Amino acid sequence: MMSAPGTSEKEIWPLWEVFVRASRGISHTHVGSLHAPDAALAVRNARDLYTRRGEGVSIWVVPADAITTSDPDAKGAFFESPAGKNYRHASYYSKSEGVKHL
Amino acid sequence: MTTPAEPDALAADASLEVSADERQFNALIAADSRIEPRDWMPDAYRKTLVRQISQHANSEIIGMQPEANWITRAPSLKRKAILMAKVQDEAGHGLYLYSAAQTLGTTRDEMTDALIAGKARYSSIFNYPSPTWADMGAIGWLVDGAAICNQVPLCRASYGPYGRAMVRICKEESFHQRQGFEILLELMQGTPAQREMAQDAVNRWYWPALMMFGPPDDDSPNSAQSMAWNIKRFSNDELRQRFVGMCVPQAEVLGLTLPDPDLRWNDEKGAYDMGEIDWTEFHEVLAGRGPANARRLQRRREAHEEGRWVREAAAAYARKQAVRAQAVA
Repeated sequence: MMSAPGTSEKEIWPLWEVFVRASRGISHTHVGSLHAPDAALAVRNARDLYTRRGEGVSIWVVPADAITTSDPDAKGAFFESPAGKNYRHASYYSKSEGVKHL
Repeated sequence: MTTPAEPDALAADASLEVSADERQFNALIAADSRIEPRDWMPDAYRKTLVRQISQHANSEIIGMQPEANWITRAPSLKRKAILMAKVQDEAGHGLYLYSAAQTLGTTRDEMTDALIAGKARYSSIFNYPSPTWADMGAIGWLVDGAAICNQVPLCRASYGPYGRAMVRICKEESFHQRQGFEILLELMQGTPAQREMAQDAVNRWYWPALMMFGPPDDDSPNSAQSMAWNIKRFSNDELRQRFVGMCVPQAEVLGLTLPDPDLRWNDEKGAYDMGEIDWTEFHEVLAGRGPANARRLQRRREAHEEGRWVREAAAAYARKQAVRAQAVA
């Protein structure tokens, strides 16, 4: 199993994941990652690397090894609960077809 | 089947289990879906990607040099600002690509070390010198043009992080090509000496730009596998042909001649016929015997060594601050 990025002993600077809010009213979205010695420099590097053309109004940086992910080997079982539960979608209820404002 | 389980059957089960991963991988590729970092993938797929993405990243980093060469001598403040923005973009492209390669389990430092040790490759094009200002035009128009031609299909590469990096890169790359075209156009509207300088630069960069697409299809052993894996979408020769088709009308707008006496429209094929590329030159440059190989690596090595104290000091400062913060808490 390969280790998560950001935990390597071989790197002099740790890895950070970068999230950018493109404009007010939009959530921060993951845009990529970068190396930096600390959080303050990670934010500055993220500005230079990911917002050179006005792509954002706000930046989050998160140490890559602080992120916990779902078990990649169990993805089928882990996400199987919604299967067969299409009654959770509005499109399941077809008898109201043609009725306005519904 | 109701046959009782025997040792052989168990062994068969174990091999089936392995191939379940492979089946899943093959199904994703067949559906033209994407492979993500934590998915199972064949070792050869991972190796091919690490090689290709890190070579690509190295090219962006080494590619800063021919143009950085002209920042201090750009003919106007506007051109200087544009050139700095472009070189900064190349640095950014290198970083996006190194990040993509890291998701495959290699480290930034390993890739950097391989590059400065001369063990990793980068595009042969950056081993040519840039002696005149017109080279900034020819590099933007031809080299970035060829790069875009290569890179647009890579936005759909089957490995998710690579494709996403390429989308970002392609968006930024189009300014590079246009600014190069504009430099040449302005020179072509200038004095006879300026026009001559523009033509000379195009004469020197045209063939190496065509070599950027890689060896001809019948001499490109890895292409078929890369295409089967949906990493590569078009063959080297197809992309080269497409690029030449785009260059010819652009050269007419510029009033420049492409230095290929055999270049002519072939009605039957609906595409241009072109002259033979000097593949000996290509292989010589790849083998490290190009006009600027030693200089490029030397410069990269110096920059890395000269920056070492900064990297180490910043890491030491971060450690000290972290210890202090802990002591206070």
